[in-house]
Amino acid sequence: MLLIDCPFCGKRPELEFRYAGEAHIARPADPSGLGDEAWGRFLYGRGNPRGMHAERWRHLNGCGRFFNALRDTTDDRFAATYKIGEERPMVAEPQGARKA
Amino acid sequence: MQKFSALALLRHAFGGHEGWRPQWRSPEPKGTYDVVIVGGGGHGLATAYYLAKEFGISNVAVLEKGWIGGGNTGRNTTIIRSNYLFDESVALYDHAVKLWEALSQALNYNVMFSQRGVIMLAHNVHDQQSLKRHIHANRLNGVDNEWLTASDAKAFCPPLNIENSMRYPVIGAALQRRGGVARHDAVAWGYARAADALGVDIVENCAVTAIRRGVNGALEGIETTRGTIETRKVGVVTAGNTSTVMAMADLRMPLESYPLQALVSEPVKPIFPCVVMSNTIHAYISQSDKGELVIGAGTDAYVSYTQRGGLHVPMHTLEAICELFPIFRRLRMLRNWGGIVDVTPDRSPIIGKTPVPGLYVNCGWGTGGFKATPGSGHLFAWTLAKDEPHPINAPFRLDRFRDGYLIDEAAAAAVAH
Repeated sequence: MLLIDCPFCGKRPELEFRYAGEAHIARPADPSGLGDEAWGRFLYGRGNPRGMHAERWRHLNGCGRFFNALRDTTDDRFAATYKIGEERPMVAEPQGARKA
Repeated sequence: MQKFSALALLRHAFGGHEGWRPQWRSPEPKGTYDVVIVGGGGHGLATAYYLAKEFGISNVAVLEKGWIGGGNTGRNTTIIRSNYLFDESVALYDHAVKLWEALSQALNYNVMFSQRGVIMLAHNVHDQQSLKRHIHANRLNGVDNEWLTASDAKAFCPPLNIENSMRYPVIGAALQRRGGVARHDAVAWGYARAADALGVDIVENCAVTAIRRGVNGALEGIETTRGTIETRKVGVVTAGNTSTVMAMADLRMPLESYPLQALVSEPVKPIFPCVVMSNTIHAYISQSDKGELVIGAGTDAYVSYTQRGGLHVPMHTLEAICELFPIFRRLRMLRNWGGIVDVTPDRSPIIGKTPVPGLYVNCGWGTGGFKATPGSGHLFAWTLAKDEPHPINAPFRLDRFRDGYLIDEAAAAAVAH
């Protein structure tokens, strides 16, 4: 089970959290101007990288708030957690990672 | 190819069983192929086999990063069924079941396909309505599926607990008698052996590192850890690693890769006659011919490539198993492992062309690809050979995520494909 460092509450076990998918997928600024191709990419396209993954978590059974995290998908170690609205922190890509 | 038969067994017995040869060659990759299949799991090997067998294309290589049968083919819980809700899905999975029924003979390899029946339990009114809807939908499509009362289910599977004292009592079940299990390793080995005999090169320990494209964007070849290969057609069948491979051609896929866990118990004498699944309390279980109880747990919540997951996931399933089958409460578990499954937004696979000319993909089988192995290989081989999808896999195209024609088995079956 993962130990997740909520930026508001500190380290808590994974069972208190809900995973909420890839982070930093911004809703299009002008939805009505978007073609099918771009809509499809926004709705369904995912990076799914083998390496550092920016993702959202929600501390459902705690403060209830969403936050972002960087986690290496090759060993599940968290590199950072940070609040919504903050920039993605700069961390080194793990060895052998492949960007997707 | 050495043909397997009782006579061959007898003949080799007189030679002290020293005359058996390896079941497939280990060739060096050639510089050019008509078709290259990336991924030597069951689906990839089946694709190569049907390309050579049905479509006469035998200048084919199957590239496998690790070894044959070492990925999800060797990690699944071997359940085979075709009781899906939508017409498109039923056609796809029943195509596979029909091929399963003749597979051992076709490959001259005993894949131990056993149609022992799959029952899916109902624990509440919603389950009952949903399962009955599946039954009617299946029967309209000519696929067998029938309703069992709780006591019928108990008669079909005696270890099942149908007492009302359970937290979620069993109120009935759907039974597909043509469903069952097969020996997963034998499926990979059987296809590898048969494809090899038809001239397919199976190259193990060979990972793809780049996809080369010409100025017009069309595929020209691939770079691998064992050299460059020129080819005009590449079929990517890499399950959980599909996003990574497709990123080499600058394609962003509608896929996420999750660890899916399974476990087996210590071996016991034959006690469990069928496959039992419960979507509501999430458990599925069958008994292998070795005697181990094969138990499928769920996926972990997050994207990962680690081939392992949190212990709370199998624990959740074991709690359900102990409630459904109190007889197993004191069994010890032998092994627990994970495989990386590529999940699409609608929980249906993608089999077809991509925006890159010459690049084809067969992926997104999520948590339930094993059952489709022969059908998936056959349809993908058709697509590669004819450069157009077979009518059965036409709805499972990649651009359905652009056009919105989803085949939403996620909502239809909730979990446990």
